[in-house]
Amino acid sequence: MTAAEYLAIATAVFAALAIAWYGFTASGMIRPLFLPSPGQVISRLRELWISGQLAADAGISIYRIGIGFLISTVIALPIGVLIGCYRAWEAAIEPFVDFIRYMPVVAFVPLTILWTGTGDVQKFLIIFIGTFFQQVLLIMDNVKSVPRHFIDLGRTLEMPEWRILQRIVLPSALPGIWDSMRISLGWAWTWLVVAELVAATSGLGYRITTAQRFFLTDLIFGYLLLLGILGLATDQIMKFAGRRLFHHREVA
Amino acid sequence: MLARKLVIAGLGKTYRTGRGETVALKDVDLDIDENEFVALVGTSGCGKSTLLAIAAGLETQDAGVISIDGVPITMPGLDRGVVFQSYTLLPWLTALGNVEFALKAAGTPNRDATGIAQAHLALVGLDGFEHAYPSELSGGMRQRVAIARALSYRPKMLLMDEPFGALDALTRHHMQELLTAIWEKHRLTVLFITHDVEEAVYLSDRVAVMTNRPGRIKSIIPVPLPRPRRYELISTPEFRKLQLAVLEEIRTESMAVAALGKVLA
Repeated sequence: MTAAEYLAIATAVFAALAIAWYGFTASGMIRPLFLPSPGQVISRLRELWISGQLAADAGISIYRIGIGFLISTVIALPIGVLIGCYRAWEAAIEPFVDFIRYMPVVAFVPLTILWTGTGDVQKFLIIFIGTFFQQVLLIMDNVKSVPRHFIDLGRTLEMPEWRILQRIVLPSALPGIWDSMRISLGWAWTWLVVAELVAATSGLGYRITTAQRFFLTDLIFGYLLLLGILGLATDQIMKFAGRRLFHHREVA
Repeated sequence: MLARKLVIAGLGKTYRTGRGETVALKDVDLDIDENEFVALVGTSGCGKSTLLAIAAGLETQDAGVISIDGVPITMPGLDRGVVFQSYTLLPWLTALGNVEFALKAAGTPNRDATGIAQAHLALVGLDGFEHAYPSELSGGMRQRVAIARALSYRPKMLLMDEPFGALDALTRHHMQELLTAIWEKHRLTVLFITHDVEEAVYLSDRVAVMTNRPGRIKSIIPVPLPRPRRYELISTPEFRKLQLAVLEEIRTESMAVAALGKVLA
């Protein structure tokens, strides 16, 4: 399948959904309070865009996810690599990570508010709890899937352990790690909006909660669409960057 | 009298698994002279790859000694170049980059590495492919880069573990001719593992036949065929006779295994 065909199919699905949405609302079967029309949603978004509200809400959310995700990734990387390489460290850390990983992130929201208040730090903390433990395990698996023979090659060349790690294991695991980052970034968005829905004074999630109080369904829909578009865009950008960075990896 | 390069004496290796013990190697004796090409043949699972891994220093034996130039092998080292069956080129480096990688690990100064790497790629007939990534090379070309890489840092001997095993028949023949031509020009001590009898006879000075479970050297058959060898050699009666002799050794071995299986069942 060519890239153009792929794009055509993907666009067709979006177009079909948009038409179905329009058809439903135009038929008058559903009250606009439950499902506003595309026109309503677009004009609401435009209004918020002109007032600067939309950019401000999106900006603060992107800032929070940027910092939260960065903190999580920077700490998860060395730990994931360490437990991927050494059994003893795996024994020390992996079961603990699994233990925390299964605790619902939502349940940490009241605790984190208690600990840090309702500011940005609490958002970072929720994003961290939601992504860090997943990232550690994903990165561990990426490192473990480095072919045994690559490491043997390093040994036969008398490379010291740290040099094998630096010159063979890391570059070999990098495309997989990149993919893990891409996947965990998607989860991070979810946790950010959860945190903003519960306790915040700004951001996309906060705006959705206040819209609910005034039955502004068109705003809720508009921001949901915006979140989807932001997610799709970051995912596509990371995929594209990954293909460019690791273009020669695709083995025939 | 030729100097002994690799000496293997009384080598043994047992794997302990959950279901008991598997004796992979038992009392293996094999000497390889300086600049001699020895092929080790045997059925799959007979322990020949284990023997090579021990020679490479990637595994350790439970019994016996293996030494190179009289120095016991205890760990991997740059005195041995290893070529594996699976493709071990680093996919993020070009053909040239892969050879340079080994040279730099071996301590070759950066300014010399490129020239030496280019010369070795030319040796395996890959001039013009220096900047190709492994994903852009065929299986045969990848193994040629792997051979160039193993030769580049001038090891005392070459250990090859079924390097052509994953290639199609035609490519395999090309590779055998190429390896023979290189070896005849640049003499080097080689231990070559294969299950292909024709390949073993064509390439080597001596063929060692290995038994199955436990793996030990059953017999060693000298190959006094003239060099330089060309591929037409394989259709000569002398070649056929040697090939049959090796096959017969392996056949009686696998029959013995089958008979043992019946007794045990």
